[in-house]
Amino acid sequence: MTDQSADPFRLNPDYRLQYEEAQECHVLLYPEGLVKLSETAAEILKRCGEPITGAELIAGLQQDYPEADSLPDDVREFLQVARQQDWIVAVEV
Amino acid sequence: MAHIDSNHYIPMWLLAELTYACPLQCPYCSNPLQLPASRKDELSTEEWIRVMRQARKLGAVQLGFSGGEPLVRRDLGELIAAADEMGFYCNLITSAIGLNADKITQFKQAGIKHIQISFQGSDRETNARFGGSDSFDHKMAMTREVIRQDIPLGLNFVLHRHNIHQVTDFLNLAEELGAEFVELANTQYYAWALHNRDQLLPSAAQLQEAEAATNRFRQRHQGNMRALFVAPDYYESRPKKCSNGWGTTFITVTPEGDVLPCQSARVIEALEFPNVREGSLEDIWRHADLFQRFRGTDWMQEPCASCPEKEIDLGGCRCQAYLLTGDAYATDPVCELSPQHDRVSSAIESAQSQAGTEQEAVPLMFRNTANARKLAATQN
Repeated sequence: MTDQSADPFRLNPDYRLQYEEAQECHVLLYPEGLVKLSETAAEILKRCGEPITGAELIAGLQQDYPEADSLPDDVREFLQVARQQDWIVAVEV
Repeated sequence: MAHIDSNHYIPMWLLAELTYACPLQCPYCSNPLQLPASRKDELSTEEWIRVMRQARKLGAVQLGFSGGEPLVRRDLGELIAAADEMGFYCNLITSAIGLNADKITQFKQAGIKHIQISFQGSDRETNARFGGSDSFDHKMAMTREVIRQDIPLGLNFVLHRHNIHQVTDFLNLAEELGAEFVELANTQYYAWALHNRDQLLPSAAQLQEAEAATNRFRQRHQGNMRALFVAPDYYESRPKKCSNGWGTTFITVTPEGDVLPCQSARVIEALEFPNVREGSLEDIWRHADLFQRFRGTDWMQEPCASCPEKEIDLGGCRCQAYLLTGDAYATDPVCELSPQHDRVSSAIESAQSQAGTEQEAVPLMFRNTANARKLAATQN
């Protein structure tokens, strides 16, 4: 797997990320569908509103959650899924 | 009956059927056979906004503006803006008749996130024959315009035995147009489609070929377009679960404010339908007999009640059970385990016996007010 941490990406602009009181979680909304997000997933996606690189994202999260040891791997794994699902999309630089 | 805790369920999806008025006359329409004589009892703009706000409070996040043809409503832009502001993800489900570039711009500014355009055929002639309106070129133009304005677009192609052979043509057309998502939706047999079932139901061979054609297309084109093939459940051996479970996920509000667990539930004549003019959506969703009645599995009778698969399909579709057996509590006859499964097999036989001739014995009954009146007269 190539390390894509230098390529900027952002939350898919056609999707909508918001906290839902009734569900007590963040949801990601897209055409005719939605996914309920775990706290970790929401924490990552909330930081993708503006273009960001994987390295920047991981650095920011490590700063806020210094006790999470496996954080870089977990984030990379999540981003891979998020790319496949079109939750995040590449940004042309 | 055991108490069902309705607080557990959140209607994630609200389907707002804004009007039953429609410029098309599709003979497989899911709208009721009894169409209102006028539009005077439709919910007002303010009433719809109140309903949407109540749905948001219950936790609804996805909103489909549907009909009839929702573009018939002059306040559609206003409703989209209000819904977007409340936090709904707004989908427009339309035939594109009545749409133009300015309206697309207006809806985009109001916050529409996704537009689904339906086609009745993959060419001008078929589309006109089944939609009852020469609209093919306009649909093509509007599809291109939605894409040009960068709004996610889905295409919907309703299949029956007179157009199911066009699946490949339609997929090619959708790809050429640049759709992101295509739904090849076989007609399901409720309302007008049920009335016209002998004239619409495809054969098993037609269905297999269409599904194979869809798979061939998927293999040839591994592009960005996703294609979903929805089979008519008459050819399945197990029934489909009702809307992810009756009263669990979906809530439909009809043009005049009736609240339903699915688009079809009004066909169950024995039930009473709560209305948003008489109670709040929350009260209806949590407490109305209509919603509580078929939640969970306690309502079931045999063979469902002791079936090891009962949690998987929840006994199938209550509307279909009622339409085919007269009993809304029956096992959906699509299920091979249903003692009334012969209702489905004989429907298939009956349709096949009428298929294949140039001029079929009985003409299709198109959905329009004149035919609705005719049907009402014969049924009363």
